[in-house]
Amino acid sequence: MSDLAPKALIPVPRGPVPEAPPPRKRAMMELKIDGQTVSVPEGSTILDAAKKLGIDTPTLCFLDTLTPVNVCRVCVVELEGSRTLVPACSRKAEPGMSIKTDSERVRLSRRLVLEFLASSVDVSTAPQFPGYLKRYAADPERFGAKTETVKQPVKVDNDLYVRDYSKCILCYKCVEACGVDAQNTFAIAVAGRGFAAHISTEFDTPLTDSACVYCGNCIGVCPTGALMFKSEYEMRQAGTWDESRQTQADTICPYCGVGCDLTVHQQDGKIVKITSPLDHSVTHGNLCIKGRFGYRFVEVEAKPKK
Amino acid sequence: MDIHFTADQPSVEEKAAVDQELGSPETSWDGGRRDVQSDGRVSFGGHDAGSHRHKLLPTLHAVQARIGWISPGAINYISLRLGLPPAEVYGVASFYHLFSLAERPPVVAHVCEDIACMTRGSEEICSKLESTLGPAGKACMVGKAAWLRSPCLGLCERAPAAMVSTSGKSPRERVLAPATAEGVEQLLRDGVDGRLPVEPDELSVKASVPQAASPNLVLLRRVGKASGTSLDEYRKTSGYEALRKAIEMGAEAVVREVIDSKLLGRGGAAFPTGKKWEALMNQRKQGRPHYVICNADESEPGTFKDRVVMEGDPFAVLEGMTIAAVATGAQKGYIYLRGEYPFAAERLTHAIHAARKAGLLGEDILGRGLRFDIELRRGAGAYICGEETALFNSIEGYRGEPRNKPPFPTVAGLFRQPTSVNNVETLVNVPEIIRMGGAAYAKIGAGNSAGYRLWCVCGHVARPGVYETPFGGTLRELIQMAGGVAGNGRLQAVLLGGAAGAFVAPKELDVPLTFEGTRAIGATLGSGVVMLFDDSVDLRKILLRIAQFFRDETCGQCVPCRVGVVRQQETLERLVARKPLGTAGTEVRMLREMGQAMRDASICGLGQTASSALESALNRWSLFS
Ligand SMILES: Cc1cc2nc3c(=O)[nH]c(=O)nc-3n(C[C@H](O)[C@H](O)[C@H](O)COP(=O)(O)O)c2cc1C
Ligand code: SF4
Ligand code: SF4
Ligand code: FES
Ligand code: FES
Repeated sequence: MSDLAPKALIPVPRGPVPEAPPPRKRAMMELKIDGQTVSVPEGSTILDAAKKLGIDTPTLCFLDTLTPVNVCRVCVVELEGSRTLVPACSRKAEPGMSIKTDSERVRLSRRLVLEFLASSVDVSTAPQFPGYLKRYAADPERFGAKTETVKQPVKVDNDLYVRDYSKCILCYKCVEACGVDAQNTFAIAVAGRGFAAHISTEFDTPLTDSACVYCGNCIGVCPTGALMFKSEYEMRQAGTWDESRQTQADTICPYCGVGCDLTVHQQDGKIVKITSPLDHSVTHGNLCIKGRFGYRFVEVEAKPKK
Repeated sequence: MDIHFTADQPSVEEKAAVDQELGSPETSWDGGRRDVQSDGRVSFGGHDAGSHRHKLLPTLHAVQARIGWISPGAINYISLRLGLPPAEVYGVASFYHLFSLAERPPVVAHVCEDIACMTRGSEEICSKLESTLGPAGKACMVGKAAWLRSPCLGLCERAPAAMVSTSGKSPRERVLAPATAEGVEQLLRDGVDGRLPVEPDELSVKASVPQAASPNLVLLRRVGKASGTSLDEYRKTSGYEALRKAIEMGAEAVVREVIDSKLLGRGGAAFPTGKKWEALMNQRKQGRPHYVICNADESEPGTFKDRVVMEGDPFAVLEGMTIAAVATGAQKGYIYLRGEYPFAAERLTHAIHAARKAGLLGEDILGRGLRFDIELRRGAGAYICGEETALFNSIEGYRGEPRNKPPFPTVAGLFRQPTSVNNVETLVNVPEIIRMGGAAYAKIGAGNSAGYRLWCVCGHVARPGVYETPFGGTLRELIQMAGGVAGNGRLQAVLLGGAAGAFVAPKELDVPLTFEGTRAIGATLGSGVVMLFDDSVDLRKILLRIAQFFRDETCGQCVPCRVGVVRQQETLERLVARKPLGTAGTEVRMLREMGQAMRDASICGLGQTASSALESALNRWSLFS
């Protein structure tokens, strides 16, 4: 045994703890958006530049913490010299660009994208939709009542969350969160093709037979409520979900030493769900099964013991 | 990454099919026998173990060909062997129409129901098969066979077309064109009885290249000759002269000649080929690997020119690619061939082997120190994989979804390295350019449309087939060359450029068939399709089929296209059924709006052109009032 063990000692670095090098200074560049000149650091996107000018660009598939997939196309803008519109969320700003964010062409494409989605997907629990639909005067009803939709039975195959793909706009966020952008578990992927493309485990096997580790990070990024905590789903079904009665408190996860930030949502004195702030440097919005779902002990402890 | 598998196990046959493709597993980590001595605690392979993803598509093909479908157990085993999550392997497999993820009979007929075949009776064939064999997709012949409706099979000059494939230890494919319902049934029965001929097809120049006897042909001059199968014959007809010359000239000079030739890509986008190559050449100092890809996915309805060239003159394709390698510094090339071209696959495979043996591919080409080899990759039933960035993803083992540009392929293409994608026809022009010189080539043709062009003339025309002309003639001249209008003889419309192209009316026949000429009348040359419709055809039905094509073929990634092609098809259906929401006028306005959003906001050319044929028809005729 002992002669198999490595002899070398692991060297312990001496001296002061090395410091991270200062961030490389990024060159600034200028571009024009809606007639105004704006200066942004190299590597910024058109979306960043527009934000700097206070221009509010609609986004659905974009999230700060995920690699842009630029698939929803609701953020498109008109770039001078480009044959087509370009996605603000992923297109890098270049010096001298001239961009329009509210031209007729832009408004038409954004309106159609919203109408396409709202006519094929149940957007009733997607918080961004009412505002966007109104802003672009979108009328999803104009395609008639007999249009094809993604309506399908809701999937309830485990105790922690519910997947209702009738509400899925196929933004790819959950796949990214489950995969290389956060969890590296790869339980779900996009399957099928065209209008039949959908989020799926292999052969649509139940989550309980899949690679899922129930971190709930997909729920954390889902913009439509297609993925939902079972606690929230059940309260909504019962008609008791009421965000106006809810409070949020930030705390540190009690389980391990990583120190993840938890946002505890409670309603009527009970925890209804746990999330984590996207901009928190430890979690970037991601948690594990314990932090995300292991809160029931709070309620158990509150009961008097006999 | 910790890969998780469901309980489904592969069968012995499935394992054998995968192992035949990938070699036997070496350790228990990738599915081999467990041997505690050698691999009890360590995983061999390191980084290498995760770098086999690009073998996914060929491996899926292997299972499909051997078993006839891809089971959950097979997906698990493939995932284990390649170190991939099963959910992703499933996601990739379910992207391709030639793969079946549900049990399916071993003998399958794919019957074309697309627009060129519609002019030659494909609807009758399908309805006959429905009555004799049952509905498409259902097992027939005591569960041994099935027939499916298929998009264009690239055999439009011999329409109507069908293809039969059998799975098993020695899988076979057989093309049937022109097809009849009885012929399809007979082939299915032959397949069930194991009597399907070995040869997938035969190339009949008489049927496919009506000009074959003409002494003026350049690109097509060898098609149908012995040089298609014999390297010696190819060399006797000036084959590989251009490569020899190109190696002598060196990269800079080759690129200069191709730029001077004004050669524009023939795959549809008409980008200057020389510029593409120059971009790669200029990056050689960075030391990154470069790739050249021959785009042979040819799935645009009505297009079959690349097939005829590959079947009839495969060495010319290889020579063109090897010259591209000289220019770009690529050491590896891929031919991405559509899955439904079994005969072209056979001819190209044979040619690649022969070229390797003769030292025309490999480590030291022509003894001049040039290193270049070519791998043939077969698609699996996805029009979108002809889009160059989708093609990269497909080769790399991902779903064939296009990438957003920029970055462009010349900067970050296959495996994120500088890549030049060129159409088959583009590449076979290259040896001619090198032999005659760029300036001389540029003089052929008209204006900015230099050189020779292949035309896919089909539909209601007397002598359908691939035609070659120098640029500059008119549409009328081309139709006359092909013997004039067939069917009832009264021309109603011509579709230029395929489903992504545009219709033109009989009064526009004097349009010059050049990039500029067609653009001036709001049309396009696209992939060279010239499809004629006589006035017995209900154009609305053709438009419906085109709309259905895009609905079937969109990758589904971006919203304007994924939903747009569905709404477009639904709207068209209401118009054709004369049941508009509101008036026909409001519906047509809605189609225009959808078209604009798809054109403006879609990621790739598919969505951007999905409404173009429809809108071109709306511009020319009042079909719905
Ligand atoms: C949906 C779609 C399908 C395409 N299919 C093909 C094809 O089958 N063959 C081809 O050469 N180009 C095809 N293209 C064009 C390619 O993206 C690319 O422009 C071309 O292969 C470049 O070669 P070239 O410069 O020689 O034309 C397709 C484009 C789109 C958008
Ligand atoms: S389930 Fe939610 S996060 Fe996932 S693709 Fe659909 S909408 Fe996006
Ligand atoms: S335009 Fe259509 S085919 Fe192209 S990426 Fe978007 S959904 Fe896919
Ligand atoms: S937010 Fe930019 S494409 Fe979806
Ligand atoms: S083979 Fe049928 S339309 Fe091309």
